[in-house]
Amino acid sequence: MSPRRTDTGGRIDRLKTIRFTFDGAPYTGHAGDTLASALLAKGVTLYGRSFKYHRPRGLLTAGVEEPNALVTVLKGEVREPNIPATMVEIHDGLVAISQNRFPSLAWDINAVNQLGGKVLSAGFYYKTFMGPVFGPLKGTRFWMFCEHFIRRAAGLGSAGSAKDPARYERMNAFCDVLVVGSGPAGLMAAKAAADQGARVMLADLEPRFGGSANWSDETIDGAPAADWARRIVAQLEGRDNVRLLPRTTVWGYYDNNTLAALERVSDHKEQPGKGEPRHRYWAIRAKSVVLATGAFERPLVFPGNDRPGVMLAHAAERYANEFGVLPGERIALFTNNDSAYRAAVALKKAGAAVVAIADVRPELSPEMRKLAAEAEAEIFAGHAVVATEGGKALSGLKLQRFDMTNGALIGDARSIHADCLLMSGGWSPTIHLASQAGAKAEWNAARQAFLPPKPTQQWIGAGAFTGSFSTTEAIAEGRAAGLAAAGGQSTPAVLPVVEAVPGDPDPAPVFEIRAKGKSFVDFQHDVTAEDVRLAHREGFVSVEHLKRYTTLGMATDQGKSSNVPGLAIMAEALGKPIPEVGTTRFRPPFAPVSIGSLAAERFGDLKPERLTPMHDWHLANGATMYSAGLWYRPMIYGHAGETVEQAYVREAKATRESAGIVDVSTLGKIAVQGPDAAAFLDRVYTNMFSTLAVGKARYGLMLREDGLAFDDGTTWRLGEQDFLMTTTTANAGKVMQHLEYFLDVIWPELKVHVTSVTDEWAGAAIGGPKARQILAACVTGTAVDNATLPFMGIVRGEIAGVPVMICRLSFSGEMAFEVYSGAGHGTHVWEALVEAGKPFGLVTYGLEALGTMRIEKGHVTGAEIDGRTTARDLHLDWMLSKKKPFIGSAMMDREGLIASDRLELVGLISLDNKPLNGGAHIVEEVDEANPHGSIGHITACCYSPALGKHIALALVKGGKARQGTRAHVSDPLRNRFGPIEIVSNHFFDPDGSRMHG
Amino acid sequence: MMAEYSAFSLLANALKGNRDWKPAWRKPDPKASYDVIIIGGGGHGLATAYYLAKEHGITNVAVLEKGWLGSGNVGRNTTAVRSNYLLPANTRFYEHSMKLWENLSHELNYNVMFSQRGCLNLAHTPAQFDDYARRGNAMRHLGVDAELMTPAQIKRLIPALDISDSARFPVVGGLMQRRAGTARHDAVAWGYARGADRRGVDIIENCEVTGFLRDGDRITGVSTSRGDIRAKKVAVAVAGSTGRVMQLAGIDTMPIESHVLQAFVTESLKPFIDTVVTFGMGHFYMSQSDKGGLIYGGDIDGYNSYAQRGNLPVVDEVMSEMLALFPGLARVRMLRSWGGVCDMSMDGSPIITAGPLPGMYLNCGWCYGGFKATPASGWCFAWTIAKDQPHDLNAPFTLDRFHRGLVIDDKGQGANPRLH
Amino acid sequence: MLITCPYCGPRDVIEFTYQGDGNRERPDPASQNFEAWNAYVYDRLNPAGDHNEIWQHSGGCRAHLKVVRNTLTHEISSVVFTRGDHGRGDHGSAARGKAEDKS
Repeated sequence: MSPRRTDTGGRIDRLKTIRFTFDGAPYTGHAGDTLASALLAKGVTLYGRSFKYHRPRGLLTAGVEEPNALVTVLKGEVREPNIPATMVEIHDGLVAISQNRFPSLAWDINAVNQLGGKVLSAGFYYKTFMGPVFGPLKGTRFWMFCEHFIRRAAGLGSAGSAKDPARYERMNAFCDVLVVGSGPAGLMAAKAAADQGARVMLADLEPRFGGSANWSDETIDGAPAADWARRIVAQLEGRDNVRLLPRTTVWGYYDNNTLAALERVSDHKEQPGKGEPRHRYWAIRAKSVVLATGAFERPLVFPGNDRPGVMLAHAAERYANEFGVLPGERIALFTNNDSAYRAAVALKKAGAAVVAIADVRPELSPEMRKLAAEAEAEIFAGHAVVATEGGKALSGLKLQRFDMTNGALIGDARSIHADCLLMSGGWSPTIHLASQAGAKAEWNAARQAFLPPKPTQQWIGAGAFTGSFSTTEAIAEGRAAGLAAAGGQSTPAVLPVVEAVPGDPDPAPVFEIRAKGKSFVDFQHDVTAEDVRLAHREGFVSVEHLKRYTTLGMATDQGKSSNVPGLAIMAEALGKPIPEVGTTRFRPPFAPVSIGSLAAERFGDLKPERLTPMHDWHLANGATMYSAGLWYRPMIYGHAGETVEQAYVREAKATRESAGIVDVSTLGKIAVQGPDAAAFLDRVYTNMFSTLAVGKARYGLMLREDGLAFDDGTTWRLGEQDFLMTTTTANAGKVMQHLEYFLDVIWPELKVHVTSVTDEWAGAAIGGPKARQILAACVTGTAVDNATLPFMGIVRGEIAGVPVMICRLSFSGEMAFEVYSGAGHGTHVWEALVEAGKPFGLVTYGLEALGTMRIEKGHVTGAEIDGRTTARDLHLDWMLSKKKPFIGSAMMDREGLIASDRLELVGLISLDNKPLNGGAHIVEEVDEANPHGSIGHITACCYSPALGKHIALALVKGGKARQGTRAHVSDPLRNRFGPIEIVSNHFFDPDGSRMHG
Repeated sequence: MMAEYSAFSLLANALKGNRDWKPAWRKPDPKASYDVIIIGGGGHGLATAYYLAKEHGITNVAVLEKGWLGSGNVGRNTTAVRSNYLLPANTRFYEHSMKLWENLSHELNYNVMFSQRGCLNLAHTPAQFDDYARRGNAMRHLGVDAELMTPAQIKRLIPALDISDSARFPVVGGLMQRRAGTARHDAVAWGYARGADRRGVDIIENCEVTGFLRDGDRITGVSTSRGDIRAKKVAVAVAGSTGRVMQLAGIDTMPIESHVLQAFVTESLKPFIDTVVTFGMGHFYMSQSDKGGLIYGGDIDGYNSYAQRGNLPVVDEVMSEMLALFPGLARVRMLRSWGGVCDMSMDGSPIITAGPLPGMYLNCGWCYGGFKATPASGWCFAWTIAKDQPHDLNAPFTLDRFHRGLVIDDKGQGANPRLH
Repeated sequence: MLITCPYCGPRDVIEFTYQGDGNRERPDPASQNFEAWNAYVYDRLNPAGDHNEIWQHSGGCRAHLKVVRNTLTHEISSVVFTRGDHGRGDHGSAARGKAEDKS
């Protein structure tokens, strides 16, 4: 006697056989089966192990709320853990395994935890494992020792490290009406809205639209409900203004009616179709939303309610009517409400024997008695189930007379032989999305349920979601909601006629049967009714404390079935009504969401890559690339057998001896144009730009509003009202926003336009004693001699037929020029320069040599302008104009910014001739064993070919006054200690004679 | 005195059906007056009460909480505890916190599950590696543990991490603080509450402060939803609600913005990662709880908010960064998300000070680093309240430091809370 | 969250950069009132409720917008250009009509 497939009925295709494996064993099922229904049809009763006690567990539900039957789906090396078997559609080749068991599902060694019994009560771990206060296990050690084993015992499925080869995609969608849920209410809403001409999206997390119509015995307009649903769906399918989204879970309700949904596009297929993603993430902006999300049935809490074979009543109805599977041959029911009687009839019709209906209510309506008779079931009114029997499958149960006014059990228990027990503890509307949208649910005493709050965003509820549990109501409310959502007038219409199974929607207020034995509230997390009472005893009585202390509702099912029973038990312990205990606010997601879908196209492609126009040339010519923010830049152009240091020393040396060329296209470039451009720059920079002559450039420094250094760069005056600003590579975006902010918000009266032109210009800096000769050899249309092109002068000309702009400025300290051309011509110009330089020994150099030469010169970059330094700290106070206010000028002299112990820029020379390390600290006295007394740190360092020494730039407390003194580097991280001399940051050619030429 | 928690008491109680356990803290009605009122029953407020009682013998103390105890950020964070800061004022303070953490379970007789599983900051460029070296060396010079790790060492520690060269941002190394780790966040609030309660502190839940009682400038108590309560000293430790509470005292502006920070947890998994790990090219950080959920988060949403709810752009960004480091997690599922309201200060560092009004004491500006600070924050705040002057450790964390240019800006972002 | 840019229409928050408190008054550039400067740079109203704030449509037209948004509900009650009458004003009011048509 066990579960089995029925010969007829259900919406599966018995002609299509599908082969899959579960825990390595081969199984077959039919098209339309879930993993749960297929296994149940084969008599499988054991599906998983619970989290704490590792108790054997069967199927509790048939849907998304399943807490017990979690499996891992394997696709080769790629693992998908913790998927409810009720949500896995089988396909040929599906490989699923059970979880949280060792060595096997049937024989799990950790089931020994059950012997821990009351010691492992809620929150027990807060009270122990602290360990001894002295000895080798003091502090956190003992806990960490215990934790090691706890962690291995905890957890459900395993994640893998193999990269998922699947594709995920994101869709942004807009619609007039989004209908969530496709039961009778949702279908009516979608149809009514679509009839109004609205753009409608209809989403349902199940593969089949229809919701309860798929498993109800009711008829609508004379046809079986499922046929009616199919007809409506067919009508919707044909419409241009309707998009149907099956297998789509709407999981998040965000601000401004933005909803997030997950469509499982190809999980149910052996191979995804061509171009099909695995999951599609929908971000839907809906003008209006119809929430027709139905309701979840609640379990009853009684001893042994977790035994495999104990199932929710409607789940059994679903298995029988939707999947053609009987969950047992001899079925008993236990209920506090009328809805379970429907299930009794359905299972009887499908071929099972319904041996007993235990109802906590002493009085039953004639309609229910009639249904029970139809099911040929014996009624036990005023009775409760007090125990279940069996191991990995149910074998029987015990009934006892029950007084629902006081919860008392009366008389002797009687045993009933059954292989399946169905329970129904009433229904909780699925209000999650409404709660996410920002309002608080309201308790309805008649329904014994939290009903949706008043809308705070644009949504309308319909059907069981609102607590209207009958199909007739669902149809009427659905239509009204659809009309209203589409902005249509409510007109009288002939609604589909439902031949409904009768039933009172209000359950008896009974949640728990208190008898001896473990009664589970949260099945997955093994939270029992006693745990809830313990939380009460210890003062964890607010609903959030209850959840956090006992972990009730924190499992993968998010308490969909356990929240209300848990609250009810706490309310009883407190002697308060349920709403006074409170309800938790639901947060996204409604059901777990694959992380791959949320990353979507950015999975494997996190950030764009920025490449300079000459990128390919660099790669073709031996450059090793360096990632700088989003950019890639040449680090060195290494020769065979060279180390990085050898390469950059060679490049820097050659540049200082003859000439070198470097790609500077990544520098931020901003066109600042308009009648007030010069005045604007005077406000933005610490120094004057209105005095700059056309055709000249000037080095400028910007401060932040708080008076600290922000960014530096040269700005070229191309015309009276036309400036080209350059910024550091790293700050290009920030400076642009800074300028735009001031123009748009602070000084809208200024007539200035700023445009980011970073990507429009390719830049090459060519420097060295022979740089001018090289230019002279390839530039046409202008002279480049000292008179035509003086220091900081700008000329326009051509190189290899391409117009270029040349500014004579220097970062390397050499006679140097920056050559800008249109980005599209960048490589052409670069190649021409390299060619022209060949006779002069021109080298290409990368960031390392660039950095080396700038350190030798003592120029600052982002390592020194680090958001904490002032112009004075960097010896740039000569740039602070006293003639005008500028951004930061009012704030730059505050006491903290002019203190004498600030970190100031200095140079360092290694006195032991060994390399220095970036990030090393400076101390007056070395203490290798106990490093202390840091007075600063190295910001940049290199071997200086010009000096023949290892040098560094550093920020040192009161650094200026320390010049000429000795100190030590202290780098305990890399065990590097040694003497240094503190010197000026201008190591090389301090008076600039080389660049002035 | 309540029963001590231990393996023995656990067993003894189990044998009696767990019927004799007593409430972890009392639920007293407020008295008419106290020596000290602490507004805010979060981690910091409760820790302050505990240390006032324990270190300074001040037990006539009430902690007022408008909702349920620990309902703010102490129960909404990603549980990381570390002291790996760059600037000495921060490092010293957080290291003091770390030392308190290391003995906290014993001290409170409550297992807060502080587990020193390490915190690893991944570096993705040589320049970033140097930055981390600067920070690590700064820590070492203050006696705090720190070490650099190579990619190979990192791969051994976190096998699921993608350290390949083909990664968009390859891992070039990392900064590891081994003494860092995680703790069970709720337990910290409950442990301090129980500890304070056992020393006589009244913890009063569902008691919202609606105004301040004043004698001229001086604060002399508070009006609450449960009546007026007088006190010699009133301490404010309300994190994200700082602006609202200070406005009740007539102080309209503060160097604080309230921003929402989202956090996420996956379904429970078998052990996947042992340490806390952070991504250097974004804002992603992650650890795994003892229950098995991966707990992770990213940047704040980036606009003023008191809503405890975030929006999708940050969700998408965090998940994308997560998969850049752990491509095997694409099929793992996000189970829960939530939002906490962070009191973002203008330099990213906190404020623990007497004032700004006579009789008032202020603790705020925790940005998203408040959880790990809980012990030291309470300890220093208690000191400041008891002695009417700051301890050396919190002396730099004044309210007037912003105006005076004495900011403690670990990230160097200036007065832009969105970027700290 | 959607912000209705007066130029571009309703757009997702991801296209915008938050530029903070719009209540702050920047002193005259030459002002020596350091308290005013300090207040401008560091002090915030940070209200729980309607908040005047500046957003830049950085992923769109790059205009700065003065937005009134409720910090408790994230509801936006007003969006206008910060430039007011300077330059974009006319353009903006025409665009507002267009945006309404679209929504």
